Amino acid sequence: MSKLTNEQLERYSRHIILKQVGGKGQEKLLGGKVLVIGTGGLGAPAAMYLAAAGVGTIGLVDFDVVDLSNLQRQIIHQTADVGKPKIQSGKETIAAMNPDVDVHTYNELVTSANIRDIIRDQDYDFIIDGTDNFPAKFLINDACVFEKKPFVHAGIIRFQGQLMTYVPGEGPCYRCVFPTMPPKDAVPTCRQAGVLGVMGGVIGTLQATEALKYILGIGDLLTGYLLTFDALKMNFRKVKIPRNPSCAVCGDHPTITELIDYEQPTCDLKK
Amino acid sequence: MSKEAVDDTIDITDVVCPITFVKVKVALEDLEDGQKLGVHLSDGEPIQNVPRSLKDEGHKVLSVDKNDDGTWELVVEKGGLG
Repeated sequence: MSKLTNEQLERYSRHIILKQVGGKGQEKLLGGKVLVIGTGGLGAPAAMYLAAAGVGTIGLVDFDVVDLSNLQRQIIHQTADVGKPKIQSGKETIAAMNPDVDVHTYNELVTSANIRDIIRDQDYDFIIDGTDNFPAKFLINDACVFEKKPFVHAGIIRFQGQLMTYVPGEGPCYRCVFPTMPPKDAVPTCRQAGVLGVMGGVIGTLQATEALKYILGIGDLLTGYLLTFDALKMNFRKVKIPRNPSCAVCGDHPTITELIDYEQPTCDLKK
Repeated sequence: MSKEAVDDTIDITDVVCPITFVKVKVALEDLEDGQKLGVHLSDGEPIQNVPRSLKDEGHKVLSVDKNDDGTWELVVEKGGLG
């Protein structure tokens, strides 16, 4: 017999009806483990859709507290949550939404010292990069390459967003595309440049889509492609990206063999 | 129940669309291709929609019989159209 309860059959009925999902697929989702690093513009909608979909184990990583200026886009947090740790606020939202989800929280800034332990904590199947700064993006990439874990990168700024998916052995990593940190002040953060609130919803939801497809083993992932979105032109572009055989971290002769803590050049992480 | 020999049976008269099809689909997942499932279902929307949904997913509806109380008995072969 199926392990799904009558309540789960009803909750996930629109999934189960899908030929590519079914009861077996929903059981895969309930057994799935996704780590969401950053519970902001990208991570908030990603975590909420993963929770609604019934991904049984979700990890939330964030060191920050909810700020009033977050609420324009970080929909997992409510007005009453201002001042509360983001991971706590996120956990409460998910708990209220779906009791099937087991939420693990990590109230810390990811660094070379802790990221591999966090990934190993629940042996996560898939990682979502919902961070807003380059040091974290390179750190997550390198850690996932070292831990042989798939992850989906994303970034949003102003009216633009992008994402790509790394699967070990199946395509380029983030460093194949962006070998190292941009020069100091070359790229503004969304704190300086602004971002349309929905950008996190569009791109973060696409990240969640990649995670669900990976767990279900269906469709084609964004491995070997960078998908860019321009909201003003309402234009999606899917750019083919080859793996770089001489990539410093995933190449044939890697020169980066340990995690690097880059300095955040463009703004202070804490106010 | 149906005259046909079946490997499992399911009663979906206590649920409404789309849980009707969801329950049949999940029950079929526990069978092997070629095995048969007997389904007890209500008149109206279930009998109109469930057989069609089963065909769409490649299963073969072998028989559909109406009971005296207005409910239906359906026998479906898993993957029978595959």
